[in-house]
Amino acid sequence: MVTLTSYLILSAAMFIIGATGVLVRRNAIIVFMSIELMLNSVNLTLVAFSAFLGDSTGQALVFFVMTVAAAEAAVGLAIVIALFRRKQTVNLDEINILKW
Amino acid sequence: MMLTSILESIATFVPETVLVATFCVTLVSGLIARRKPAVPAALAFVGMLVTLWAVLQQAGTDRTIFSGLLAVDPFAVFFKGIVTVTTLFILLFSYFSTEVQTSVRRLAEYYALITAMALGMFLMAGANNMLMMVLGMELTSLSSYILAGFTKEASDSSEASLKYIIYGALSSGLMLYGISILFGLTGTLGFADLNHAIANAVPNYFALLVATILIIAGFGYKISAVPFHFWTPDVYEGAPVTITAFLSVASKAAGFAMLMRFFKVVFIDTSVLALPAGMWASLYGFEWNKLLAVLSVLTMTLGNLVAVWQNNLKRLLAYSSIAHAGYMLMGIVVLSDKGLAAVLLYFIVYLFMNLGAFYVVMLVADRTGSEDIDSYKGLGYRAPLLGVAMAIFLVSLTGLPPTAGFIGKLYLFAALLDARWIWLAIVGAINSVISLYYYARVFRNMFLRDPEGQATPVSIGRAQTVLLLVLLVPTLLFGLYFSPLVDLANASLVMVGVR
Repeated sequence: MVTLTSYLILSAAMFIIGATGVLVRRNAIIVFMSIELMLNSVNLTLVAFSAFLGDSTGQALVFFVMTVAAAEAAVGLAIVIALFRRKQTVNLDEINILKW
Repeated sequence: MMLTSILESIATFVPETVLVATFCVTLVSGLIARRKPAVPAALAFVGMLVTLWAVLQQAGTDRTIFSGLLAVDPFAVFFKGIVTVTTLFILLFSYFSTEVQTSVRRLAEYYALITAMALGMFLMAGANNMLMMVLGMELTSLSSYILAGFTKEASDSSEASLKYIIYGALSSGLMLYGISILFGLTGTLGFADLNHAIANAVPNYFALLVATILIIAGFGYKISAVPFHFWTPDVYEGAPVTITAFLSVASKAAGFAMLMRFFKVVFIDTSVLALPAGMWASLYGFEWNKLLAVLSVLTMTLGNLVAVWQNNLKRLLAYSSIAHAGYMLMGIVVLSDKGLAAVLLYFIVYLFMNLGAFYVVMLVADRTGSEDIDSYKGLGYRAPLLGVAMAIFLVSLTGLPPTAGFIGKLYLFAALLDARWIWLAIVGAINSVISLYYYARVFRNMFLRDPEGQATPVSIGRAQTVLLLVLLVPTLLFGLYFSPLVDLANASLVMVGVR
């Protein structure tokens, strides 16, 4: 049977995979994909709670999270392109003029 | 019914409306007056002046608008004032900055994004609902990602921007996940309802703790607290100086405003009456202030220790601003009105001294082409006014009398001792001593070392001198005459829905 817990476990797993991806992957594009995964796990949690509690506020927040995610992806990819034009790479390890 | 409430809300939404109008007008003016970069600058400046007027009109209002989404209360108005004044200074800095004027091709967009960022910070200052919190934070962040990478010619600028957006998106993801758990526990997003829900039915304690830690990640990123500070040094070094100064003051102020309102409205037990006046109790032993105390100690210690090794003055100021976030967190840890008032007071002082220090860095970098501490050798003789001004700003950042920084620290430490947080006060004091060491390196280079190579005098124009004095005089004056500031900070503590 599919209960609230199943949804929460799934979204927690998605969130952890996403967060791990941001921290360990070195390709900027994959990092942005992982961030999308994190934000979508947030959406899943919100929708699941919202349906379970019978309160639509959570679903309203989901719309805003989706908008924010789209805006963030647009800005992020624009920055990646600007950087790629200069350095011909999207590898985060090679983007390291600035450190400690 | 709904419509009347919205129309009524718009009447108390004037500053934000003016900002939106300024954003649009500035952006369009860039398309019409292509060859005249002064036009969008002037429009943005006038728009911010009108915003300042509209913010001042809101003084004394104490209500929520848009069905509780936004609060318009003295606390929000105070931070809107701080943001507006900072934005006005930044627009003037940008006008005088050779770096911005020569290397930014689309200046109208630059000015428009600064006003968009101010709008985001206004929403953060007033956010009374987790939805508004997210939206205000994202509007601020998205504008600042673009601004940090605005000088496309400099490759470290777009690198800074990329690092900024990756850390920013990660921490906003963490924060959103925390919000979704908190929503699941309480079934609401509004701050006041959250407080009732948590106070009435004790939710799963562990889940509440996890949600709070995740939400702190979002706040910590905005105020650049350790361990969410990794973006700060890179972005401060890579971004244009004007944007660095803007991030270090306004963005931090808005982040603190949001953090203070969130914790004070949501996690304070309003039913405990047996406390001395001005003290608060946290909800049934959920001691979130201990979390913030740990964060505060880590933040100031790491900020100050790493600053010792820096050779780039912008980067040094970045670590010093991390350390200052740690000092200001101490004021929230103590759970008292006195502590909160001290943070507000500190922000007024911090605005002048930090903007002043960045302004001097900008003027010197525009003329010598370098931000290295070594290039400040003999500055005290090559440009006496700049050297003396920088020395005063740095003394103030250290927190020594007779400057305004001393007053800010004095009230913070007084609030700590009042609430018997002796060990935290000691850590803070030790940190201030460490900070003296790296600020003193700059003094030594400016006044005790001879310049290397040819000692070209550094001169600045009359308008730049006036702006420098506008920042310098308050830094000194507020160190001697500060009672109006204390009164202002005490009067601005009123938050909607909090007794």
